[in-house]
Amino acid sequence: MEHSNHIDNTVNHLFRQESGKMVAVLVKIFGAENIEMAEDVVQDALVSALETWKYRGMPDNPRAWLYRTAKNKAIDIIRRNKYSTRIDFSDPNKQLLTSGYTMNVTMDNYWKEDQIKDDFLAMMYACCHPDISEENQITFILKSLCGFSTKEVARSFLTSEDTISKRLYRTKEYFRKHKIRPKIPTSNEIAAKTKTVLNAIYLMFNEGYNATHADQLIRKDVIEQAMLLCRSLLSVERTQLPEVYALMALMCFHAARLDSRLTTEGELILLSKQDRTQWDTVIIQSGKKYLNKAAFGDTLSTYHIEAAIAYEHCIAKEYKNTNWSMILKYYDIFLNITHDPIVFLNRCMVILELHGPDKALKAIETIKNNKVIEKYYLYHATLGEIYIRLQQNTKAVIHYQKAIQLTQSKPEKQFLKDKVARILN
Amino acid sequence: MKEFLYLIRGGQEKYEKNSPDEMQKHMEHWQEWMGGLAQAGQLVGGQPLMTEGKTLSEGGAKIIDRPLAEGKELVGGYLLIKADSLDHASEIAKGCPSFEYGCTVEVREISPM
Amino acid sequence: MKQFIFLFKGGDELWDSKSEKEQEVHMQDWMQWIDGIAKKDQYLGGERLYPGGKTIHPGGIKVTDRPLTETKELVGGYIIVKANTIEEATEMAKGCPGLLWESSVEVREVWPED
Repeated sequence: MEHSNHIDNTVNHLFRQESGKMVAVLVKIFGAENIEMAEDVVQDALVSALETWKYRGMPDNPRAWLYRTAKNKAIDIIRRNKYSTRIDFSDPNKQLLTSGYTMNVTMDNYWKEDQIKDDFLAMMYACCHPDISEENQITFILKSLCGFSTKEVARSFLTSEDTISKRLYRTKEYFRKHKIRPKIPTSNEIAAKTKTVLNAIYLMFNEGYNATHADQLIRKDVIEQAMLLCRSLLSVERTQLPEVYALMALMCFHAARLDSRLTTEGELILLSKQDRTQWDTVIIQSGKKYLNKAAFGDTLSTYHIEAAIAYEHCIAKEYKNTNWSMILKYYDIFLNITHDPIVFLNRCMVILELHGPDKALKAIETIKNNKVIEKYYLYHATLGEIYIRLQQNTKAVIHYQKAIQLTQSKPEKQFLKDKVARILN
Repeated sequence: MKEFLYLIRGGQEKYEKNSPDEMQKHMEHWQEWMGGLAQAGQLVGGQPLMTEGKTLSEGGAKIIDRPLAEGKELVGGYLLIKADSLDHASEIAKGCPSFEYGCTVEVREISPM
Repeated sequence: MKQFIFLFKGGDELWDSKSEKEQEVHMQDWMQWIDGIAKKDQYLGGERLYPGGKTIHPGGIKVTDRPLTETKELVGGYIIVKANTIEEATEMAKGCPGLLWESSVEVREVWPED
């Protein structure tokens, strides 16, 4: 039993790490219109691995074994489809796959280490095309590049498998229709295209970080995968951009605090009440290294600022030692480059800490009667917090109630209800 | 451009004596040569053949358990390529890696049925 | 399924001795035979060849202005088919109309890529 558990764990881990790369190589071979063919080969290889390893034990190099198996299965498919129109062999390089004289060398060339890295990144850029909705982007990335099953993706999004299947279908249709040929963008468009990739990675990370449902394993998996994707961008020189380092740093600073954010019952713990001894100093240190690397060049992305703010929190020994004036400066810069209402509200909270409730109220009132912002639960939660500090409990309760109505998140609702209860008692 | 068939004949004995290293090198030569043809849009296709075979003759009544031609004349594989003329096709055939193990290449033009 | 090539050899002299009408009827037989294979989804392609040709001899330098083999062994065409075994392929080859016109059919398995 222990033996087969060990194999399950290794296979799971290996699969999360490698399946996306294998899919990327196979998509290059079969064409993006045959992405299902690629996924099937990878799935088959995994099943073979599980069956063979349970029976004969683990091979010395499981990764190489898995790749070899996928490669052989790909050869089988090419043999079977050599004369069919399913696979487009018109590209001169692919044409060599159809002859026994050149099949093996051509196939081996597709599976060279550097090539695999590039193909994986190319696939990421293809998945994050602006024409594909963000939701569909992340769904597809989790399924095809991170080796999640449809069921696991559904669990991480708290939605049905059916919904996930529909989203996947739409993305695959897009690939088929537009005959997408994944490639890493050229240097003059890489910054713009990387932006959408980073956006997807960060959304995915937040999905794992903020989805406060009970399924801790899936959440951590999603977070880990988001960080893995970002690291893979950093592993290739062409995509080592400052904003990529910045996002990596930011995710490290968040991830370091992951375990202290929730109670064992899944309730949110405020930053001020978190047990800071639980924060992972090793991840904070590597985050710092990434942040230093993010400082070259003249790019200042929102990730830079968010990372800088998160870093300030990470290095404060106690909540009361937090360098609020530094953080306020970062928020000022932040608001200069983006008009995100959440950033604005967070800035108000910093003013509350630094200059007290009167100043905070003044700050938040500068956007009063803004229809959009009034629909954010965070706007009302912030006002509630400010009114408590002003000891205007009735106003505080009214805003907290609005916030409860506006948020979908169960733990958030519970958290706000507890606050109201405390005021009323 | 017209289409031509290369019948690659013989060389079996020498090929079988190749060391794995020589084999690898040889395969890379094929890759290079055929890759060049493919890039130039001149490769149609082709395959190496297994040595074993059967031959039917006399109206199908006689079947022998080997290819008709053996040894130096055994067809070991074929390629279909595009070229302007028989001479052009023959010129291209001179680069065929099969000569490394003593093959003969017969160049034939495809005819309409 | 495996892939096999049928090499049609010889029979050119007999072909040349036939009338145009007879050749036409014979070609129809060929078409029907190939069509039957295609209908079973076992036909992958094939061509007929001009009898002339050039041969490049070992070493790749010497060129002669004719096919290496002639008369009885001259390859006049080929088709590629799918079959499970060489026996099945041989059975299919028995229907080849060329056999009735003094051709022989050499059945060879295509090198499997593994």
